[in-house]
Amino acid sequence: MVGLGKMGLSHLAILRAHPAIDLVAGCDSTAYLTDILQKHAGLRCYADLDRMLGAEQLDALVVATPSKLHASMVQRALDDGLHVFCEKPFVLDVADGERLAALAREKARVTQVGYHYRFVGAFREAARVVASGALGTIHHVRAEAFGPVVLRRKGGTWRSTKSEGGGALYDYACHAIDLVNFVVGVPTEVGGVVRASVFSRDVDDEVYATLRFEGGASGQLSVNWSDESFRKMSTRISVWGTNGRITADRQECQLYLRERHDALPGIDKGWTVRYTTDLSEPVWFYLRGEEYSAQIDYFANSVNTGRLDGENSFESALATDRVVAMLLGEAPVHPPAVTSAPPRKSLWSRLAG
Amino acid sequence: MLRNDPSPSTPRSTKPMDRVLFGDNQFFGVNHMSEEKARAQSMRFQDLQAIIDVLDAAYQEGIRTFMCTSHDRVAQICDHFRANPQKYPDYQFFPCMPYAHKYANAVTEHGMIEALRMFLPQDGAVAAMLKGGMALANKDIAAIMQLLIDAEMKMFHGLSTPVVFMQNVITDLLLGLRMDECFRIFHDHVRARYGAEPGYITMNVPRLLDVLDRLGIDNPIVCANFNKIGFRMCGGIEAYEAAVAQRKFRPVAMSILASGAISPREAIEYVCSKPQIESLVFGASSRANIRQTKALIDELSARA
Repeated sequence: MVGLGKMGLSHLAILRAHPAIDLVAGCDSTAYLTDILQKHAGLRCYADLDRMLGAEQLDALVVATPSKLHASMVQRALDDGLHVFCEKPFVLDVADGERLAALAREKARVTQVGYHYRFVGAFREAARVVASGALGTIHHVRAEAFGPVVLRRKGGTWRSTKSEGGGALYDYACHAIDLVNFVVGVPTEVGGVVRASVFSRDVDDEVYATLRFEGGASGQLSVNWSDESFRKMSTRISVWGTNGRITADRQECQLYLRERHDALPGIDKGWTVRYTTDLSEPVWFYLRGEEYSAQIDYFANSVNTGRLDGENSFESALATDRVVAMLLGEAPVHPPAVTSAPPRKSLWSRLAG
Repeated sequence: MLRNDPSPSTPRSTKPMDRVLFGDNQFFGVNHMSEEKARAQSMRFQDLQAIIDVLDAAYQEGIRTFMCTSHDRVAQICDHFRANPQKYPDYQFFPCMPYAHKYANAVTEHGMIEALRMFLPQDGAVAAMLKGGMALANKDIAAIMQLLIDAEMKMFHGLSTPVVFMQNVITDLLLGLRMDECFRIFHDHVRARYGAEPGYITMNVPRLLDVLDRLGIDNPIVCANFNKIGFRMCGGIEAYEAAVAQRKFRPVAMSILASGAISPREAIEYVCSKPQIESLVFGASSRANIRQTKALIDELSARA
């Protein structure tokens, strides 16, 4: 695998614990990290991807580097005929994504992007209920993601750098958009886009937009990674149809049906709540959530069985990148709200002049 | 009574743990069932007194061990217990370190090395080395881990901490990475410096036991989910039951109720049917709930 940052280490732990995967080597340009992993984890490490690919006999590559490096590294892996698991977002430029998806198809390689929410039981349940048609005609969807990533002006990782694929749009919003694509389908238009900085100098911290779907349904996207009131990232999707609504987050799935529906036998009208304890499939190794292990297991299965059209393929992730491109085309980032706004007057002083 | 006064000469605890331990998830907005419920709880327990009231209620029901993460707010709870030793003469803490989101959020915001530096003593030798980018050049992982443990233990100074746990996110990360020697470093440091018994929280009991066996860590305290529906018992409920029956370790059961998915009596009956399970940890927010759960555990433990 290449990229041994926060997400990379989590992947590395899960990959090394998988009984069917032989994690041959790791690659990262940060020497202290690879030195520690070599010395204390017995992992063969490289500082350079080309050198690793040249030296090792590999079947697949896991890419967990900063987003701007995804395209070139995925290209390099596909050129070598490797199956590829790539962290989200897939790529920053839709043209790159189209080229890479085509290349993977041509080479018949397994591809997967790390949209792990598609492996969360409650979100799968939401997708199942919507697909069943039990909600009737879908007319609205709301996708939200809130959490405490950027809480002050200071801070300087790649996540806060525009050119490296930083910002809430590429981080939180991608997950929310992919969840919309997963549960109700891909929006065809976006409008009313707000991309604003709350604290960051260079990137958006909040993203809001209206989504439009074929058939007339609408959607709202609300994303803010500068919200300290959340302990960690919290993502939620709600879908309204003519026969009810469903709301899902990582822990639970709340369904309201106006009338019973043949597509959901055994479910009465009114509220039905199902929890993660009931919806989660067991995994062979647990770290931070079943979904992280489940997606890696799914990838390994795809490689073993030659499944090329599985969940979160490059094609699927490209649909999310296309929505991101639409949002980017719609609106530039507004400057930080915190420092640029003049001191707010109270309502009273404004009324009184 | 053991006090957390760092000194290698402190005798190590070999005493059994209390049968019932009080957990802290409910105080810090951790609820595996519902984000709404978690938020309501974090509102309720925003006030320190609300937490102390619940701990007092638990204490009056005979629960005198608080198993808690090294969350920033635990420092305030510790202050309260330090200030009132006469009120809680036999009270003890089982620290679980670290409160992982503290680190995870810092790594996201500042990058790995910068985050590490934030949690290390600012004036220490390692911090100085880190500043020059040299720290990990020596790969002295033991020294860094020891400093991190000491930093987390600071808030428990002067309190009785007979068992110190490694949190499951860290245990399982190290387990997956195969950085096995970190378990040994933790074990040795907790014993030598705090005279305490090291414990490991994990979601992967069979796999962890294999590693601790290989390291020669004898009869370790391992805290993990034990519940009738097998929720988050990786490797499967059968493997857990076999481990409890056949392997030498001191199991502490958590998530007994599987976040409410099992009725209390049925849930506690299951755990109490395994006599090898030494302690049960649960969290609750009301006196009535605490009393009911404690009474059930007492009743069903006596019967088992």
